[in-house]
Amino acid sequence: MAYFEQPERILLPVKVSYMALTVVLALLFNLMPWNDLVGVPDMAALVLAFWCVHQPRKMGIGIAWLVGLVMDAGNGALLGQHAFAYAFLAFGAIALHRRILWFSLWQQAAHVLPLLLASQALMLGVRLAAGGAFPGPMYFAGSLTAAALWPTATFLLLLPQRRPESVDENRPL
Amino acid sequence: MDYQPPPFFSRGPAPLVRLGFFVSLAVLLMVLDARFRYAESIREVVAVLAYPLQRAALAPGELLGAAADFFTTQVALKQENEQLKAKDLLAASDLLTLESLRAENAQLRRLFDARARIPRPSTLAEILYQGRDPFSRKVIIDKGGQQGVEPGQAVIDDVGVVGQVTRVHPFLAEVTLITDKEQRTPVEVVRNGLRAVIYGGGDKGTLDLSYTAANADVQADDLLVTSGIDGTYPPGLPVARVTKIERDAAYSFAKITCIPAAGTDQNRQVLVLAREAGLPPPPVDAEPRAAGGTPKQKRAKKRE
Repeated sequence: MAYFEQPERILLPVKVSYMALTVVLALLFNLMPWNDLVGVPDMAALVLAFWCVHQPRKMGIGIAWLVGLVMDAGNGALLGQHAFAYAFLAFGAIALHRRILWFSLWQQAAHVLPLLLASQALMLGVRLAAGGAFPGPMYFAGSLTAAALWPTATFLLLLPQRRPESVDENRPL
Repeated sequence: MDYQPPPFFSRGPAPLVRLGFFVSLAVLLMVLDARFRYAESIREVVAVLAYPLQRAALAPGELLGAAADFFTTQVALKQENEQLKAKDLLAASDLLTLESLRAENAQLRRLFDARARIPRPSTLAEILYQGRDPFSRKVIIDKGGQQGVEPGQAVIDDVGVVGQVTRVHPFLAEVTLITDKEQRTPVEVVRNGLRAVIYGGGDKGTLDLSYTAANADVQADDLLVTSGIDGTYPPGLPVARVTKIERDAAYSFAKITCIPAAGTDQNRQVLVLAREAGLPPPPVDAEPRAAGGTPKQKRAKKRE
């Protein structure tokens, strides 16, 4: 990982259409038929947290709320449950965004993990209050995998911004 | 005179204000959804928007399934064919007697002046996926309001009751499995006709025959079928089989655990049964409710 973070690169400005595409792809991932597989990461939460950290002006609590609403309607969950958790997640990520990027990628992941866990805990609390049953501690495994995917997500989601502005024949990449 | 920052510095409300706004909106929605069921129209709009996404998300799995089907070996097909032939032979003998029994039954019913049972129209549906919601046991089927699916309809597979339609979108419907913690199914014991209500066991995939007297005549391996007195499920569909009975003198009720008869977790093809037409209207409630037997409503009725 170090090769692309040591010399601090000036990134191209992000395209809003690309951000929208990644969020839609993450939703697509979440709506896939995972059935009872343990530890499937909540991609939408990860991508939302990522953009909130990197582009807090373009991604915000309102969009996170809307994405959460789509998750609720698509999965037959309590309407507003994901919206509630994602709004908190986005707020936490925006609150952290000035600090978090000073750290290495794995340390960043360690910052994001508590956020993801907290958003899951919020959902758990809401569902328990609404009369649900505790689904077991493996419920939280999804957050661990999502946090472990943070470095990969950073690499992939920043790729379009790493392109050189003008193509130079004599320069690699 | 008040001074305002130049417009290129303005960033809208502070994050904390936004958080407060959206969180209260979410809480409002959740309360409306959980307690009053007013949020259905909002859910429907969002669900229609999410529908293309849902279908697109299923495409890779379907493609994989199609590829696997293509490479099914001849041996497997041959084996399956033989099995089906044997099964067919067994079923044929039953089928022969069925016709005469049906005629006899109709005649007897006429004699007793009972209302002739009309076979219910049904819709074949396919389970698309299990909702990614670890707190409940629901599946999404590929038939919805456009195909005539209505909330409250019973869903069965080739062995027994799978669940009940609890929410209908235009092209999809949500089926709450009988093993869901909030789902209740009225049943009777085949052996002696004892009526009871069976409760979903939640995550364990089992069912509980709660609130049955400790001395009730229930034995292990008893088959439980729908009693049909609710007018939602047709009578006589297998629901569960009793596996374990714990009778403790300290409690007035026995703890009876059952396993579902139908493959609630396995099958992909299910049948949605239309509700029986021409039933007398249910007794008027204190508060008007929409037609249909969603689990919440049933529980409320039980309490009364």
